[in-house]
Amino acid sequence: MAILDQTDVFLTILGMALATYLPRAAPLVFLSGRTLPPLVVRFLGFVPAAVLAALLFPSVFASQGRLDLSPGNVFLLGSIPATLVAWRTGSFFGAVAAGMGTVAALRYFGG
Amino acid sequence: MSLKKGPPKGGFLWRAACRVAPVVLGYVPVGFAYGVLAKNAGLSTQNILSMSVLVFAGSAQFIAVGLLAAGASMAGIVLTTFVVNLRHLLFAAALSPSLGTWRRRDLSLLAFELTDETFALHAGALRQGPLSRAETLAVGVMAQAAWVLGSMLGAVAGAEIGDVRPIALDFALPAMFIALLAGQVKTRTHLAVALFSGILSTALALSGVDRFGVLAATLAGAALGTLWQSSIRPTSS
Repeated sequence: MAILDQTDVFLTILGMALATYLPRAAPLVFLSGRTLPPLVVRFLGFVPAAVLAALLFPSVFASQGRLDLSPGNVFLLGSIPATLVAWRTGSFFGAVAAGMGTVAALRYFGG
Repeated sequence: MSLKKGPPKGGFLWRAACRVAPVVLGYVPVGFAYGVLAKNAGLSTQNILSMSVLVFAGSAQFIAVGLLAAGASMAGIVLTTFVVNLRHLLFAAALSPSLGTWRRRDLSLLAFELTDETFALHAGALRQGPLSRAETLAVGVMAQAAWVLGSMLGAVAGAEIGDVRPIALDFALPAMFIALLAGQVKTRTHLAVALFSGILSTALALSGVDRFGVLAATLAGAALGTLWQSSIRPTSS
C-alpha cells in the first residue's frame, strides 16, 4: 500500500469538487425557466434511461474488463432477479435486495 | 416503497423521506463499500469523509480512490472526475426548464446534490407534476446524508474488512441502477434507447474508451430516441 500525502489528497478532493460542481450548476444557472426547443426537451427526456443503462451494462456484462455472458458471471445472474422484481413489483428495495442476495448466495455456495 | 405509486402524502419532510428511501437503502451499502476501499487504499478517515461531503459523486469517488492508490497525478484525477461527471450537465439541463421560479441559492443547493440517483428521483417526480422546492431539496440532502453515513461506517470498518465481495456490496451500485432504470423505461422507445446506450457503453468500455464512454453512449442513445420518436410523431407536443 502506497503512503499517501493526506494534504495532497485533500487538495485533489477540492479540485474534484470543483470539477463535479461546475457541470451540475452551469445549466441550472443559465437555463432555468427558459423554454427549450421541443426537440431538445424530447432529447433530454431520454437521458435518464440512456445514462442509467450506460452505467449499468458494462458493470454487468463486462465487470472484469472483458465480455462475460457465461453462467460464471455472478453479476449477470444477480441482475435477473433484480430486473424481474423491479419490473413485476415496482419495489426498489426488493430489487436491490434480490440482486445483492443472489450475488452473495452464488459466491457463498459457489466457493 | 413502490415506483408505481402516486406522490406520497404528508408534510414535505415526510414526502421527501418516502421518495428518497430507496436511494438511501442503496447509498448506505455503496457508501460503505467506498469507505472500505478508500481506507484500504490509504486515505485518512477525514479525507474519505471530505470527498463524500464535498464531491458527492459515487462512481467518480470509486475511480478517484483507484487512481490515488495507483499514484496518479492530481491534475489527472481532477480531469478524469470532470469527464466522468460531465453527464450531470445533461441532468441539470433536463431539470432547468421547470425551475424558472427558483432562487439562485436554491438552484445552487440542488446542483450540489445532483447525482445519477437523485436526478432519477427528480425526473420521476416531474412526471407527476411540478417539483416542490422544499421536498426536492430535502431529497438531495437526505440522499447525501445517507452517502456520508455509509462512507463513515466503511471508513471505520475498513481496517477490519479487506474484501466487500462476500456480502455483495460491490453489486449494490449495479442493483440500484437496475431498480432506477425499471422506473424510467416507460415506453418501448425508452426500452430501445436503454438497450442501445447500454450495449454501446459496454462496447466502448471493452475497446478501452473508459472515460468518455458513458457520456458518448448517453448522447447517442438519447439522439436515437429523439430521431425515432420524431419520425413517428413529428413535432407534436
